[in-house]
Amino acid sequence: MTVNLWIILGGALMTYVARAGGHLVLSRFKTIHPRVQAGLDAVPAAVLTTLVAPAAFNGGLPELAALLVAGLVALRAGMIPLFLAGAVVLILLRQLVG
Amino acid sequence: MTSSTVRSEFLLGAKASIPVVVAALPFGLLFGALAVENGLSVTEAVLFSALVYAGASQMVGIDLFGQNVAPWLIVLSIFAVNFRHVLYSAAIGRRLGHWSTPRKALGFFFLIDPQYAESERKLQNGQSISFAWYMGMAIPIYVAWVSEAAIGAIFGGLIEDPESLGLDFLLPIYFLGLVMSFRKSPGWLPVVVISAAASILAFVTVGSPWHVSIGAAVAILYAVIRVPGQPGART
Repeated sequence: MTVNLWIILGGALMTYVARAGGHLVLSRFKTIHPRVQAGLDAVPAAVLTTLVAPAAFNGGLPELAALLVAGLVALRAGMIPLFLAGAVVLILLRQLVG
Repeated sequence: MTSSTVRSEFLLGAKASIPVVVAALPFGLLFGALAVENGLSVTEAVLFSALVYAGASQMVGIDLFGQNVAPWLIVLSIFAVNFRHVLYSAAIGRRLGHWSTPRKALGFFFLIDPQYAESERKLQNGQSISFAWYMGMAIPIYVAWVSEAAIGAIFGGLIEDPESLGLDFLLPIYFLGLVMSFRKSPGWLPVVVISAAASILAFVTVGSPWHVSIGAAVAILYAVIRVPGQPGART
């Protein structure tokens, strides 16, 4: 066993602990407090936003325009159209600006 | 569940996997290429994707491999980036009461960001999550992700200018789409605004990857505190 392999196995174990652990801990409680419920309801928007905001903050014109267009398309259409619209804007502007 | 229902559920899940597979493609390849560049063998790069299966944390791990950081610190960093999955697990797990324990144990392994987000979206539309749908979404993403690590590791040096193709910025666009898909849930806007502000602030001051945990924690804390005073708060 090399050190690299130990690191990979350790990382894999800790990741699985996170993915199974939340449920294992919470399922010990019979009822869920309204505040816990509210917190859990906020999880998706709260976490996923942190994967977008700093990238937008660091982005230039092409990146910001791509997010803006994708965000607007999202108001009317589904995942695939907004994703393609954002990607097209990004690539075109990068060719022009970059 | 009849076999034809299982089949159609699986195919519905597979359909939901398509944008994820496309968005993750460059990152899967990039991971393989960077892994080899930072001293991992092709086999180790593939094992990393196959066993950890968490894109952002793999990138962070690889980054640290290249910097001669203590092994336990690399493992801890991977855990820090993936700590948000505790919340996914808690949120989704309570809605999987109809799954057997082995199915749950297997399902949690595949609980990546988009898998969680699509599952949550399905639940908010009043649908339940079947094991067939869940695996229909998980399997194509997983197979593609692991294959990409191998291809990236073998052919890593061949992508000369990934930025001109926009490859590095596809995931933020995808994640924005997921954020937008939750916009009808109560209190969405303040949570998003607070999370954005807190994560940017943490990104600038504390640095990556902590901005994920800190930004999310602040926004969730707000949601928790907000509850009692609000008329019609859900239970």
